[in-house]
Amino acid sequence: MACRGAAVAATERPLAALRALVRGLATAGRTRWARWAAPLAGLLGGALPSAPATAMTLPEDSAEALYHLYDGGGVTAQGPALLVRKSLADKVSLTGTYYVDMVSNASIDVVTTASPFKETRTEYSVGADYAYRDSLLSLSYANSDEPDYKAQGLSIDAAQEVFGSMTTIKLGFTRGKDDVGKKGEGFFDYAKHWRYRLGVTQILTPSWLASVNFEAVSDEGFLGSPYRAAQVFGALVPERNPRTRSSRAVKFSAIGEIMPRTSIHADYRYFWDTWDIKAHTFEVGGSRYVGESFLFDAYLRYYKQSKALFYYDNAPVETTYVSRNRQLSTYDDIAPGLRMTYQYKHVPGQYEIKGHINYEYQRFNFSDFTDIRSGQLYSYGAHVLQLLVTATF
Amino acid sequence: MNPISPEAPSAPPPKAHRLRTDNAGSAAATWLRRASAWLLCASAVAFTGCGSIEPWVKPYERERLADPILQTQRQALVAKHNEHIHEVREGARGANGVQGGGCGCN
Amino acid sequence: MIHRASIAFVRPWRAAAAALLAGVAMLAAATPLAPSAPAPDFTLRTLDGQKLRLGEQRGRVVLVNFWATWCGPCRQEMPHLNKLYEKYKSSGFVLLGVNVDDDAAQAAGVASKLGVTFPVLPDADKRVSRQYDLSAMPSTVLIDRDGRVRYLHRGYQNGFENTYDQQIRQLLKE
Repeated sequence: MACRGAAVAATERPLAALRALVRGLATAGRTRWARWAAPLAGLLGGALPSAPATAMTLPEDSAEALYHLYDGGGVTAQGPALLVRKSLADKVSLTGTYYVDMVSNASIDVVTTASPFKETRTEYSVGADYAYRDSLLSLSYANSDEPDYKAQGLSIDAAQEVFGSMTTIKLGFTRGKDDVGKKGEGFFDYAKHWRYRLGVTQILTPSWLASVNFEAVSDEGFLGSPYRAAQVFGALVPERNPRTRSSRAVKFSAIGEIMPRTSIHADYRYFWDTWDIKAHTFEVGGSRYVGESFLFDAYLRYYKQSKALFYYDNAPVETTYVSRNRQLSTYDDIAPGLRMTYQYKHVPGQYEIKGHINYEYQRFNFSDFTDIRSGQLYSYGAHVLQLLVTATF
Repeated sequence: MNPISPEAPSAPPPKAHRLRTDNAGSAAATWLRRASAWLLCASAVAFTGCGSIEPWVKPYERERLADPILQTQRQALVAKHNEHIHEVREGARGANGVQGGGCGCN
Repeated sequence: MIHRASIAFVRPWRAAAAALLAGVAMLAAATPLAPSAPAPDFTLRTLDGQKLRLGEQRGRVVLVNFWATWCGPCRQEMPHLNKLYEKYKSSGFVLLGVNVDDDAAQAAGVASKLGVTFPVLPDADKRVSRQYDLSAMPSTVLIDRDGRVRYLHRGYQNGFENTYDQQIRQLLKE
């Protein structure tokens, strides 16, 4: 094809020049800027032709209504959630979500050190997506409100399609600020968060995709719970957490169609942070269309983490930081799940209505957190249920 | 990134000044420069699209990729709820980024 | 030592300039359908089973639209194309909808639901799509009365149908 011929001819000289560039870089370097400016200029010059024959499309207009339930470990959190997404003039897509969490908390921490309580958390968010050529820019703001914790976050994300739309590169940044309070005392402290995201999705074949995602999170401020107690020499003391935390996570995923109407997916995530927690998350699953209107998904998720440096079930030594937060202990959790989607109505080009039922059972097993009431290592099971109706139009 | 030591409040380690005459360091730096230069060259070739490597999945072959069966996160509210219940109860967080792919139209 | 260092400094800038020029050269050579090149001939069957050959449409203005049921912008474009077909079909205008779905029956279903009256030609083995080396979905090719490609539109955005209208009228006047 003319394209390839011209390209081969055009790349002969630049490739030789690029090889010379590498040799030049390897032997000597002037200022740090000069060392990087040349390859970057070359990269940008090379990127010009991919300035698009194609462009990004905005997400489809849709509305979702969810009922969610989490019941396990003595905590029951349930509530409705709504999402509406509408595009304006084919340029901008606006999204609004509303999420309510009604929590009835009789968890092991609460029951052993205080008394069960009920409270409601309300969260809303607004966002805008703007498609410009082969980039998608997204901006969103989220606000979460409960009697003793307020959180706000601003996110900016950019997605860029390159290489004939076979590769998608995503960059994102979120800045969060929380106000931390305690019942009876009001808001006494703050917590700030910075999240940096980078993701690359690559289409491997017409039926297979793979992606890599990386996220770095930094927190500063009050990072614990004012209600939780730690245990030192058998005595309960208020917990003392560091005021900073920095974490990294990298996730590898692949998904592909192995037979007509059947797909499988697998992911692995490795997490590490400055509190010395190391965690592995594995998920494998499959999806299959059954009949004209049903789609089933089944998956198994396994999570395993090692404890934070300052975590003790019962600290044998006085340390600067001490916590008995079971979420920082050594434990694993295995969660099989099942999802069913029913396509209720489908008018192509106009609208589509679907109903979804998702269920997951999580089993947590702690290796160094004991149930104070029994003296045994703690473990519990939790049920997660999501009932959802979605419409795209 | 140093783990916080429980014995003493975290004090920044004394700054180590890089000496220009450090031979082992310059060999590593050279290797790193070479590797990054090759990576940039490879990316430059990959990003040209009409270069020596052409996109091998054509826009008219993306029927499967546009199908929900090849998307792990289909509904935003479900993804949000899942992220919430995992992040609140587990020590790990992040890297659950949205997946690309899709129809690649327009 | 100084001589070697200065060469190493100059070389990267020359390399960058060369890469930039290569990039621009590639941009110029990108389209396989060059302006005023003859449109590759093809023969496809309509949904009723009739054979339709592009070469036989010589003397009429042809718009070939490549679409698929799984492509949102394609479905959006259909009603507008139908309107253009109804408007100009008596003036020597032909609109061919080449569909690239794997399942032709699904294409037929969606086409009838969208109220499409112009011929839909399934291209399940992607033979014609490869011939035209499509680089976007949807793709719209406008062919003049002499069988030459005059305009190529990649993708669909709101307002493209107005451009199609103008271009069809211009080609019909020739």
